[in-house]
Amino acid sequence: MQSLSFENDPARDGQMIVNLGPSHPATHGTLQVVLQMEGENIIKAEPVIGYLHRGVEKLGENLSYAQFIPLTDRMNYCSPIQNNVGYVLAVEKLLGIQDPPRSRVLRVLLSELTRVSDHLVCIGVNAVDIGAFSAYLYIFQEREIIYDLLEMAAGQRLHTSITRIGGMFRDIPDEFVPLCEKLLESCSKTIDEMESLLTHNPIWADRTKGVGVFTVEQAVSWGYTGPCLRACGLPHDLRRAQPYLDYETYDFDIPVGTTGDVYDRYLVRTEEMRQSLLIVKQCLKRLKEIGPGPVITDDYKVALPPKDKVYTSMESLIRHFKLVMHGMEVPVGEVYSATEAANGELGFYIISDGGKSPYRIHVRPPCYPIFNSIEDKIRGRLLADFLAEMGSMNIIAGELDR
Amino acid sequence: MIVERIDEVMPETITDRHYFRGDQTIVIDPSKYLDVVKFIFDEGFQLMIDLTAVDWPDRQPRFDVVVHFQNLVSQERLRIKTPVAAGQSMPSLTGIHKCANWFEREVFDMFGIAFDGHPNMTRLFMWSDFVGHPLQKDFPLDGGDTWCSSDTGTSYAGHARSLAD
Repeated sequence: MQSLSFENDPARDGQMIVNLGPSHPATHGTLQVVLQMEGENIIKAEPVIGYLHRGVEKLGENLSYAQFIPLTDRMNYCSPIQNNVGYVLAVEKLLGIQDPPRSRVLRVLLSELTRVSDHLVCIGVNAVDIGAFSAYLYIFQEREIIYDLLEMAAGQRLHTSITRIGGMFRDIPDEFVPLCEKLLESCSKTIDEMESLLTHNPIWADRTKGVGVFTVEQAVSWGYTGPCLRACGLPHDLRRAQPYLDYETYDFDIPVGTTGDVYDRYLVRTEEMRQSLLIVKQCLKRLKEIGPGPVITDDYKVALPPKDKVYTSMESLIRHFKLVMHGMEVPVGEVYSATEAANGELGFYIISDGGKSPYRIHVRPPCYPIFNSIEDKIRGRLLADFLAEMGSMNIIAGELDR
Repeated sequence: MIVERIDEVMPETITDRHYFRGDQTIVIDPSKYLDVVKFIFDEGFQLMIDLTAVDWPDRQPRFDVVVHFQNLVSQERLRIKTPVAAGQSMPSLTGIHKCANWFEREVFDMFGIAFDGHPNMTRLFMWSDFVGHPLQKDFPLDGGDTWCSSDTGTSYAGHARSLAD
């Protein structure tokens, strides 16, 4: 945070300073933007962040590798499972291990469900900010079902913490698959309904077309990734470009936009939800093919042995004790592992000195460089455009400030 | 691939290198930092993914500035590490990569490494009269005094660095 500097004396020139946030409904979390306005036009916008800074990276240096998992879903609380998955993939890369096939499919399945719910929140709330309230009511029904599914799988709606190093904490229950199949049907219908409310709605188009236009060069220079980059016209998706979790074996398309404005981002996100539902469908089919099986690795130097073994076999009891008291044996080295989260590239950079906890852990949140560009993007535009732009950037203060 | 290319065009720039779990890392001298970043930009590494720092209190020089780049065409990734001594500043990348702006401010805030040529070298997350740099290893986990301001006789005092001194 900083003391604010303005280019001229605002009062003298008949200008006004408007404080947007830190607790304004349109900021979706605690972040503040100080706007220097002349009438309705923004002369300068200065984002002030740090209100939700909890020192996650510092905490990570003092916790064991497994204890960091619950902190990850508190960063992006709109797509918690993607953060869980991104983190454990980084640790697994450091250890050089892989989780069992059933766990890999489950991770993809749950990640894609949260991608849908994240996009639903982004579009719905963006529309509410602009004044189109009804779409929100329709699509939040589907979000509710997705959260029910997450609750079934993880026992928690928001703070899932479902992944473990080397697999998942548990398998999905039997009731999961029927509800998920129901969701596939109802959600694609709801997306169609949402499109009929928004896509050809002249008011929505007026408010969103031409707002926040960016070229690919500008977007790359500002470090854009994810839907915001794809809306500019670059088909870059880590699920395709640098596949992880066997994404190369799934059949899906990468939608791209042309201008990078708010309307294009809306279209890209809408199509991405449909593609995610397709992936979910393929996952359900694969789960049937794989059949029941372990969801966590049987390497007990990494993952806790099952309770019945702990109570009956000496070896497992020792492993359990060693793992809880001393932690895993981790090689010395550094890795950067990136996954395609709903907002863009979510990266974890871990340095290990061979100790119980990471020497340094750094999170690269996707919305951080994107929000950085708002000053450049919004100069000279109207306050109303600013709200449309900020909504479609999908800024989550939790991961922005960490 | 890019590592061999740097060796070819700018011989003896890379002081150390390693390849671990598919990540390629090079270590360079701070004086060559800007030239290398400009060179790899022309070679296609145009997306700056991340910039951060690591504190090694027992080592000389004390800090590492770590930057991750990605080539959007070949999908190759490169990590550049630059050792920096405490009190030494680094050239800013904001002239080449606009997104370096907040990343560098964050490193200044959390580690106290200043970047020359940055348009707005102020704290990003912490408030302006906060004392100390939280991600330095000797900063206490509980944050020291809760009201960490400069004149309250904090339990943790003295490591703050401003651009003025």
